[in-house]
Amino acid sequence: MPRRDDLHSILVIGSGPIVIGQACEFDYSGTQACQVLREEGYRVILVNSNPATIMTDPSTADATYVEPLDVAVLTDILERERPDALLPTLGGQTALNLTMELVRSGVIEALGVEVIGARPEAIDTAENRELFKMAMTDIGLAVPESGFAHDIDEAVAIALGIGWPIIVRPSFILGGAGTGIAHDETTFRHLAGEGLATSPIHEILVERSIAGWKEFELEVMRDRADNCVVVCTIENMDPMGIHTGDSITVAPAQTLSDWEYQAMRDDAFAVLRRVGVETGGSNVQFAVDPQTGERLVIEMNPRVSRSSALASKATGFPIAKIAARLAVGYTLDEIPNDITRLTPASFEPVIDYVVTKIPRWAFEKLPGASSRLGTRMQSVGEVMAIGRTFGESLQKAVRSLEQGRPGFAAGPSREFAEVSLPELWDRCVNATPERLYALHEALWRGIGVDELAQRTRIDRWFLDQMAEIVATERGLHEGGTAVLDDRTWRAVRQLGFSDQQVASITGEPLAEVAAKRQRVAAVTFKTVDTCGAEFAATTPYHYATTEDESEVVTSPRDRVIILGSGPNRIGQGIEFDYCCVHAAYTLRDLGYESVMVNCNPETVSTDYSTADRLYFEPLTAEDVAAVIAAERAACAPGARVAGVIVSLGGQTPLKLAPSLSEDLILGTAVASIDTAEDREQWSAICTELGLRQPPGGVALTLDEARDVVSRIGYPVLVRPSYVLGGRAMEIVYDDDALVRVMANLTRSHGALAREGGVSATRPILLDRFLEDAIEVDVDAVRDRVGGLYVAGVMEHVEEAGIHSGDSACTLPPQTLSAATLATIDDYTARIADALGVVGLINVQYAVKDDEVFVLEANPRASRTVPFVSKATGVSVVDVAVRVMLGAELADLRAQGRVPASTPQPHHVSVKEAVLPFTRFPEVDTLLGPEMRSTGEVMGIGESFGIAFAKAQLAAGTRLPQVGQVFLSLADTDKPTGLVLARQFAELGFTLAATVGTAGYLRAHGVTVATLVSKRGLRDVGVDAVALIEAGAVHLVVNTPTGAGARADGAAIRHTCLVKGVPCITTLSAALAAARGISDTREHGWRVRTLQELHA
Amino acid sequence: MTRHPATLVLADGLELEGWAAGYLPPSGVTTGEFVFNTALSGYQEIITDPSYFGQIITFTYPHLGNYGVTPADDESRQSWCSGVVARALTDTPSGWRAERSLEDYLIQRRIAAIVGVDTRRLTRHLREHGALAGAFGHTERGTVAAAARAARGTDGRDFVGEVSTPEPYGEGQEGPHVVALDYGIKRSMVRQLAQRFRVTVVPADTSAADVLARQPDAIFLSNGPGDPAALDFQVAQIQAWLGRVPLMGICLGHQLLARALGASTFKLPFGHHGSNHPVRDLTTGRIEITAQNHNYAVDESSLRAAVVTHRNANDGVVEGLADPSQRCFSVQYHPEAAPGPHDARYLFERFAGLVASGRMER
Repeated sequence: MPRRDDLHSILVIGSGPIVIGQACEFDYSGTQACQVLREEGYRVILVNSNPATIMTDPSTADATYVEPLDVAVLTDILERERPDALLPTLGGQTALNLTMELVRSGVIEALGVEVIGARPEAIDTAENRELFKMAMTDIGLAVPESGFAHDIDEAVAIALGIGWPIIVRPSFILGGAGTGIAHDETTFRHLAGEGLATSPIHEILVERSIAGWKEFELEVMRDRADNCVVVCTIENMDPMGIHTGDSITVAPAQTLSDWEYQAMRDDAFAVLRRVGVETGGSNVQFAVDPQTGERLVIEMNPRVSRSSALASKATGFPIAKIAARLAVGYTLDEIPNDITRLTPASFEPVIDYVVTKIPRWAFEKLPGASSRLGTRMQSVGEVMAIGRTFGESLQKAVRSLEQGRPGFAAGPSREFAEVSLPELWDRCVNATPERLYALHEALWRGIGVDELAQRTRIDRWFLDQMAEIVATERGLHEGGTAVLDDRTWRAVRQLGFSDQQVASITGEPLAEVAAKRQRVAAVTFKTVDTCGAEFAATTPYHYATTEDESEVVTSPRDRVIILGSGPNRIGQGIEFDYCCVHAAYTLRDLGYESVMVNCNPETVSTDYSTADRLYFEPLTAEDVAAVIAAERAACAPGARVAGVIVSLGGQTPLKLAPSLSEDLILGTAVASIDTAEDREQWSAICTELGLRQPPGGVALTLDEARDVVSRIGYPVLVRPSYVLGGRAMEIVYDDDALVRVMANLTRSHGALAREGGVSATRPILLDRFLEDAIEVDVDAVRDRVGGLYVAGVMEHVEEAGIHSGDSACTLPPQTLSAATLATIDDYTARIADALGVVGLINVQYAVKDDEVFVLEANPRASRTVPFVSKATGVSVVDVAVRVMLGAELADLRAQGRVPASTPQPHHVSVKEAVLPFTRFPEVDTLLGPEMRSTGEVMGIGESFGIAFAKAQLAAGTRLPQVGQVFLSLADTDKPTGLVLARQFAELGFTLAATVGTAGYLRAHGVTVATLVSKRGLRDVGVDAVALIEAGAVHLVVNTPTGAGARADGAAIRHTCLVKGVPCITTLSAALAAARGISDTREHGWRVRTLQELHA
Repeated sequence: MTRHPATLVLADGLELEGWAAGYLPPSGVTTGEFVFNTALSGYQEIITDPSYFGQIITFTYPHLGNYGVTPADDESRQSWCSGVVARALTDTPSGWRAERSLEDYLIQRRIAAIVGVDTRRLTRHLREHGALAGAFGHTERGTVAAAARAARGTDGRDFVGEVSTPEPYGEGQEGPHVVALDYGIKRSMVRQLAQRFRVTVVPADTSAADVLARQPDAIFLSNGPGDPAALDFQVAQIQAWLGRVPLMGICLGHQLLARALGASTFKLPFGHHGSNHPVRDLTTGRIEITAQNHNYAVDESSLRAAVVTHRNANDGVVEGLADPSQRCFSVQYHPEAAPGPHDARYLFERFAGLVASGRMER
């Protein structure tokens, strides 16, 4: 059945901001889908609020709406565009939920839009657990015993009927939010309450817990002729009870006999057919009792998922691309296999390697959050590694995490060496991000595989493979490399030991180890080909291993290697992947062969069609060196490795720069990057240029810190050097706090233990904190002859002191004078010159009383580059990469590639951060200097107010139009708070305020309807928490400053989080919200495409 | 586990290093024809499949033996392949069905193995150069190389007599009577038949008359090893049954049926061995994912009355044919699976339908 000709235009819904449970895998799948549909000749309309995606590049779709993913907005877009079809299965749970809302609202039917890929009834059957359970019973498949509850009493009755342990799962949720396991009624009541609150339809599933069973996932595809294939099987090393997104997973399944597997495959197809997924990819999860083989169906997702992205990267079978083609009518056998080109997609990929995925968590950024893993996903990113054996892929995956571990075998730096046996057992049995390393310690201490398997419920096959690594490690530890003959050396390498790891275990110098190993076991690169080498493959998608034969093919052109950004983490995410992907596009355009190195399976950069060659490898000095060597060896006569790009992937590639030969690094020299990071050198430059900086100093000890403070005075911003996203950064108001912060930073197992601690070359930085200053971010490109292009100037909404990554910002700036802007341009040019920047530079300023202070400069891609590109319509990375390869801005301007000056768009773009607090209810939502956001959204409007309100909605905060605003303000904020209160009053809101705030407002003639008591003084007014819980408040403005006040508001903020009431913690954001409400009311919203805005 | 270094040498001179595993033959050398199988699971079924007689199986999936072995997964009374090549062999299996490790099983079944080999390189070589004879062993390299040069492939060789049952036996209690010719029949094939028929499995050298004397409602032609072109006796037998009773053939049975219908067979470069081959059913247009294990195939241009019913979606090879006038059909692949997907089990129903209509006519 060929392509459908009755369809002409198709709307694709993206997944919105990066949040826990929904990350850049949907940029990967959505981008693929858009590209494929356009190739097929359809007009593609895309909606996504996330500016950091490749998907929202104006060239990916015909009409690109960077708008909030909200029913009303989508309705506007549908009415404006009148698409023939809507494809909901490539934008994660967000797109699926939104589609169902659109169906229920009647818009879909009224406008005659066809939902393709998965019919609404199928989505309902898969997503509604009651319907799903009935459907499974229909086809004779077993699901865990369960019942649905809509209140606590109903939940308890069901639980008592099933018996403990019980798992609670809220309906219609993302990545397992609000789920948990209870072993008794007290815990259960608590979990059930939380789950009911989390579920958008206030429904929870109360279910028999099968924690400890083996967990498998099948990635399945079906076409409209009912052809079904399994693309990949995935086995979770962590058994049931740990969310699959938080589990170490392995592909293909390792411990299923064919007899068991084929029965599971039959079941998976039966599920697909019964649920009614007509076309596309789905994911079916199974639990298997390890003692009896009893098999239960856990769930199915009728859409592409995080697992399908992993499966695509693991097998080379592009699920999203194929799913998009199936949705428009093709059958699997009509679609060629991308990799072999000669055989059709109607087959089941086989692989001849093992893939291991390990999640990466961010608990260090979320003080107060428990790091115990469970059924609620908490990880923010993941790495994938490919090896010929599980051992090799596991060790490579650990290296890929970039957490300072050389592999699974830790050598002398065993982190649990000092831990008591009972504590070690606790760490093995109860999963945390460090469980894997606790297992290593247990094996190192000689605990048997059988006992470990029995108590951890991890399949003994995996533990046995780990034990083999540990045995090899012990051999190296005891005998060094001297005892290794050539074959044994090779066997050691084949278990994934890197040279650095061998050196650290044996204590032998790295250079010697590397030289010896090179003689007997050279690195070879194999190919990911979907077919286990049965057919010739042309797609150059490689991984390193130690074997006889390498498969990198000689090619004729000069090549440039792009080092990617590794796993997503807070502070380094999709924005940098966006930059790397654009670099690949530009290199291709310039006639270079682009070579990508990265280990993050969620990304567009690791799509094998993004660069000319993809190496799925850890980003370590050793692994990267091997790639460079392979590329050099594959140069045909006359061709060369023209360079390596290290400045687009965030800190990860920058940290590798010193290991590379200087002449290979494209763009700004490494020395300049160091200069900008080095306190003394940087200050010297600023002084020389006559630029003002906040006064400050460096310290290694508390005494030194006190000396600095006595000079500059409180408040002080305290931060370590060379860290990401404001890691461990704090604003300190007094001596007590200084003592606490310094102690935390300098102790050996403190906040920086995994980042190398504090040393003379990595001191702690102390700066006078400029209260109430406006922070400004600038992204610019400088060429080698001194030409400068200021790509964008962004004014932060929140004042200095809130991490720039957590702060909203606006482009163009709203309150800066022309003189200030001119100063900023001038400073930026002088800094870029002084640092000898060739390529991107980001400079941060603080503006206080019209005076411009320089905070810091980073001569590399910043997090805001994609936002600036979308806001101005100029691809900043494209400009930067051309400049890095020698182009001059004057020429690029002459070619029309770069505007003459900074673009002055007529519209306003606001970027807003998206925070993960709903996942971590125990963490205070107050913003501060440590970045905690996982993603961002963009709102575009005719005015700042509208853009801000759109950004808020896109970030999940619906600003109220009517109701009561509750103000609880710090003393210093009260004068501005008065302005705010008057604005809200004028907008028709009633006001509630805490005693102190209310007194101030009333004294200035503002009516406060509700008096709220301070904590512990209930007799004076209504309790704040009770007021919020009663639903009497529609917006909370809570602005504590100073350490003491911060704790006071925690209960208020926590209640807002739980009840879903918008809570703003800075006055500047509150003022912006008031403008947003008033502008929205006055002018209403319009939806516009990027193509229209930048026409 | 301490292993002896071992060498693998192909007839064309390619040498690979590995370690000896499984059974260690006193001669130190194992010879055969090297083929590769891409299945991700089902090693025990593959090793016990009589069709691999005379062959050394290279498993492309690197880990072998993960879930151990269990008697229920044996596809015949013994193991017939000459040897096994793997990248990594697990010595401590995991799985509730496992009764012992694959390594123990190989030792007990006297199957030599070589592990630690760059099996991807070997597979790519076989893909480029076709299935090759060769040898491996833990004796000195020169001895292995000499054995490799002397090793024979499967061309023109009749292995059916080696693997066929010595005595007839019955399976299944109810239904029409089907006589199954054992050219190297897999147990799961017998099981599928016995779910629908009363089955008598007879040795491959049973005469045509003796088979008919058993008054079969239908005759089933099984899979088996070797070159169909070497099996003239079997072809003559089938010709004696054609038109008199309904016939179904699988794999070697398919090739023999084609020859009996006047067609010829040829050797594929490296055959089809795996569990992921797409086959298009030309009558429905549907794709089924199939288990395959064959080096030879039917030459489409030589077909006369028979029509092609199934075709490989990868390379167009004839995967199924039928001659309705003779009430017979056959497939090149393995609907009984084991190992492999169950997509093609409907063919046994189709056979049952054919048998039932035949009985009605009588």
